[in-house]
Amino acid sequence: MTAEIGQFALILALVLAAVQALVPLAGAWRNDPVLMAVGRSAALLQLLFVVVAFLGLMVCYLSNDFSVALVAEHSNASQPMIYRLGATWGSHEGSMLLWVLILALYGAAVALFGGALRESLQARVLAVQGLIGAAFLGFLLFTSNPFTRLSPVPLDGAELNPVLQDPGLVFHPPILYAGYVGLSIAFSFGVAALIEGRVDNSWARWVRPWVLTAWIFLTIGIAMGSLWAYYTLGWGGWWFWDPVENASLMPWLLATALLHSSLVLERRGALVSWTILLSILAFSLSLVGTFLVRSGVLTSVHAFALDARRGVYILGIIAALTGSSLALFAWRAPVLKTGALFKALSREYAITINNLLIVVATATVFLGTFYPVFMDVLHGDKISIGPPYYNLTFVPIFMLLFVLVTFGPVMNWKRDEMRLLLARVRWPAGLALVALVVGAAVFGFKHVFACAGLALGVWLIVGALVVFARRWRIGQLPAAESFSLARATPLAVWGLVIAHAGLGITTVGITCVSAWQTNKVLSMSPGQNVKLAGNTITMTAVRPVMGPNYEANRAEFDVSGPFGHRALVSERRLYPASQTTTTDAGIGVGILGNVYISVADPNPDGGLTVRMWNHPFVDWIWAGALLMAFGGAVSLADRGVRVARIERVPVRPMMAEPVTS
Amino acid sequence: MRRATLLLFALLALAGPARAVLPGEQLADPKLEARARAIGAQLRCLVCQNQSIDDSDASLASDLRVILRERLRAGDTDRQAIDYIVQRYGHYVLLNPPFEAETLLLWLGPALILVAGGVWVATLTRRAHRVEEPSPALTPDEQAQLVKRLDAESAS
Repeated sequence: MTAEIGQFALILALVLAAVQALVPLAGAWRNDPVLMAVGRSAALLQLLFVVVAFLGLMVCYLSNDFSVALVAEHSNASQPMIYRLGATWGSHEGSMLLWVLILALYGAAVALFGGALRESLQARVLAVQGLIGAAFLGFLLFTSNPFTRLSPVPLDGAELNPVLQDPGLVFHPPILYAGYVGLSIAFSFGVAALIEGRVDNSWARWVRPWVLTAWIFLTIGIAMGSLWAYYTLGWGGWWFWDPVENASLMPWLLATALLHSSLVLERRGALVSWTILLSILAFSLSLVGTFLVRSGVLTSVHAFALDARRGVYILGIIAALTGSSLALFAWRAPVLKTGALFKALSREYAITINNLLIVVATATVFLGTFYPVFMDVLHGDKISIGPPYYNLTFVPIFMLLFVLVTFGPVMNWKRDEMRLLLARVRWPAGLALVALVVGAAVFGFKHVFACAGLALGVWLIVGALVVFARRWRIGQLPAAESFSLARATPLAVWGLVIAHAGLGITTVGITCVSAWQTNKVLSMSPGQNVKLAGNTITMTAVRPVMGPNYEANRAEFDVSGPFGHRALVSERRLYPASQTTTTDAGIGVGILGNVYISVADPNPDGGLTVRMWNHPFVDWIWAGALLMAFGGAVSLADRGVRVARIERVPVRPMMAEPVTS
Repeated sequence: MRRATLLLFALLALAGPARAVLPGEQLADPKLEARARAIGAQLRCLVCQNQSIDDSDASLASDLRVILRERLRAGDTDRQAIDYIVQRYGHYVLLNPPFEAETLLLWLGPALILVAGGVWVATLTRRAHRVEEPSPALTPDEQAQLVKRLDAESAS
C-alpha cells in the first residue's frame, strides 16, 4: 500500500507542478492577483505530495518491503538501520526523488518567504520553478519510477553498494543536492527577470540570499565529499579531478562568481546582463552535473547508474531549459537597463576580474571533463584527461585569482588609486614575503614553489584581517574608539573576512600536503615496526572480526610520535552479499597532519600489505572549506536583517549614484 | 618548456607520489623509484575509471608499473619509457593529453576566453573613462579630503 500511496502522490505532484508552471505565468501576464496566488498554493501543495512520496519510499526501506524493486536491489534485512535509511537516496531513483524533494522545498520557501518580492516577480519565479519541477517529476515517473513492484517477491534484498555504507551517505548527498538545486532559484530569478525585462538593485538584493544559501550547501557538500573520498577510498587522496567531482566544482565556481557579481549589481547597478547570464549558467552546470552522474556518459568512480534512456531524457531537459533560457537571454538582455559603467581601478573592476578568472577556470574544468566525450563522438578517438592537465591550466589561474582576492575587499567602490591600494596591502604582502623567504631558507630552494603556496596562504589570511584593521582604524584611532567601531561591524563584513581567511587556510593545507606528504608501502607482520615522518609505526596485531553485514581483516597499529602514543585500527572488509571489498583506513588526526594507514591483501610471505602516509596539514583543507561556509552563513544572517529592513523602508536612495549610471 | 612548467606545478598541486604501488614492485634505487612514481601518476590505468596506474589496485595497473620499472632499469629516459607504453596502449593511456591539432581547443580554449573576457572588461572601463564629463580639477586639499571620505565610505 505504501508504495502505491507514494506513486499516487508523485503523480499529483507532477500535476501540481504543471499548474505551478502555467497559471502564475498567465497571472503575471494579465496582472491577476488571484492567478498569481495559485502559484504559491501549488508550490506548497507540491511540496506536501513530494514529502509524502519521499516518506513512503523511506517507510518501504525501513520495513524491508522487498516487493518494491528498488528496495530489493539496494537493501537487505541485515543492513544496519541507518544505511537502510540512507539507501532511500543511495540509488539512482531515490537520489532523483531527493533532488525533486529539495526542489519542492526551495519552491515552497519562495512561496512562503518571498513576501517582500514584487508579486509579479514572485509569480514568475514560481512558474519557472514549477517548470523545472514538472520536468524532473516527469523524469522520475517515466524513466526512473522508485515504486515499481516486483513479482515474485524475493525473500531478501541485494545490498547497497558497500562503498556507500558510510555515515557520509547520510549527509553528503542531501547537503550537496541542497546546493545544486538551490541554484535553481537563481536560475528562476534570472529567467523571471528576463521575462519581466526588469533588473535592478533590489533584484540582486532578493536573489543574493538564495545564491548564498546554495553556495553554503555546495561548499559543505563538496568538502564532505572530498573528506569521504579521503578516508574511504584507501589511497588518501582528497581530490581526483574525477568527472563527478568536476560536476560539483563547476556550479560551485559559477555560484562563487555570481555571489560577487550580484554584489556589484546590488551596490553599483553594474554587470546587469552578466549577472543574469551567470545565474542561468550556474544552474545549467548543476543540471549537467546531474546528467553526468545519472547517465553514466563518462566512466568514473561514481557511476552507479547506467541507462541510456535516462541520459537522453536528462539531456533533453538540459537542452530545453538551458537552450530556451539562453535564447530568452539573447532576445531580452538588450531590453534590460544597461549596467552602470566603472573605472579600471575600483572594487567593481576587481570583482569583474575575479569573475573573468573564475569563468576561465570553470572553462578549463568543463573542457577537461567533456573533451574526451567530444573526441569520442567526433573522431571515435579516446583520450584521457587527468590531474596533470588541471595542474597546468586550472591551478595557475586560481593562483592568480588568489593573488587578487586580498585586493578586492580593501578597494573603494567607483574609484581608487594604485598607490593607496598598495599601501593598504603592505602587511599581508610583507608577511607573505617573510613566509616565502623563511620557507625557502628552511626547506631549501627545491621547495620554493611550495613556499610560494604558503606565502599565498599567509597573503590571504592576513589580507582578510586587514579588512578589519582598516575598518576599525586600528592605529589611527584610540583603542576604545576602534573597539566601538569593531562592535558596530555588520555581520556581512565578518562573513567576508571569515570566508576569505578560510580560503587561505585551505591553500595552506593543499600546499603542505601536496609538497610534503610522505609514504611507505611494505609487507608487515605483527611485531614489526617502521619509521615514517618522525613516527614509529608498529603493527601490534592482525585478527579477523565480524561486522553486522561484513567480515573484516583487522590490523592494529601503535603510532609513537613526538606527541605520545596512539592506537590506529585499519580494516579490509568483505561484504559477502555483493562480494565487494572495501578499505577502512586508520587515521590519526592531528592539527599538524594525519597519519593514514590502510591495509590490503595478505602477501605470499605471510605479511600484510600496508600502505602508510603522513599527510601534513591535510585537515586544513576541510577546515578552511568549513570556515568559508561558516562565513557565508554569518553573512546570510546579516542579509535576512537587511532585506527585512529594506521592506519596511521601500525607497532607499542610493548613495553616490549619479556619476556613472 | 612544457616539462619545466609541469614540474613546477606538480610540486605545488599534484597529490604526491603515494599510491597503490605494491611492496614487491618497488625498485631498490630510490631515485629510480621516485622517477617511476612521477611517471606512473601520469599514466592511466586503462581498465579503471579515472585512476592512474599508481592509484589502482587492478592487475593491469600492476603490469604497467612493472613494465615501466623494467624500462627505467634498462636505462630509458622518462620520455622513452612513456613513449614505449604509449606505443603499446595508445594515447588513451596518457592522463596529460598531448598538444596536437585535435586537442588545440582543449589547451587554448581557456586562454581564448581569458583574452575575449579581458577585451570585454577593457571596453567597459574605456567607455567609463570616455563617458565621464570633464570636471574642474580639484585642489590638492580637496583631493585629499575626497580620498579620505571615499576611504571611510568604502570601508562599509
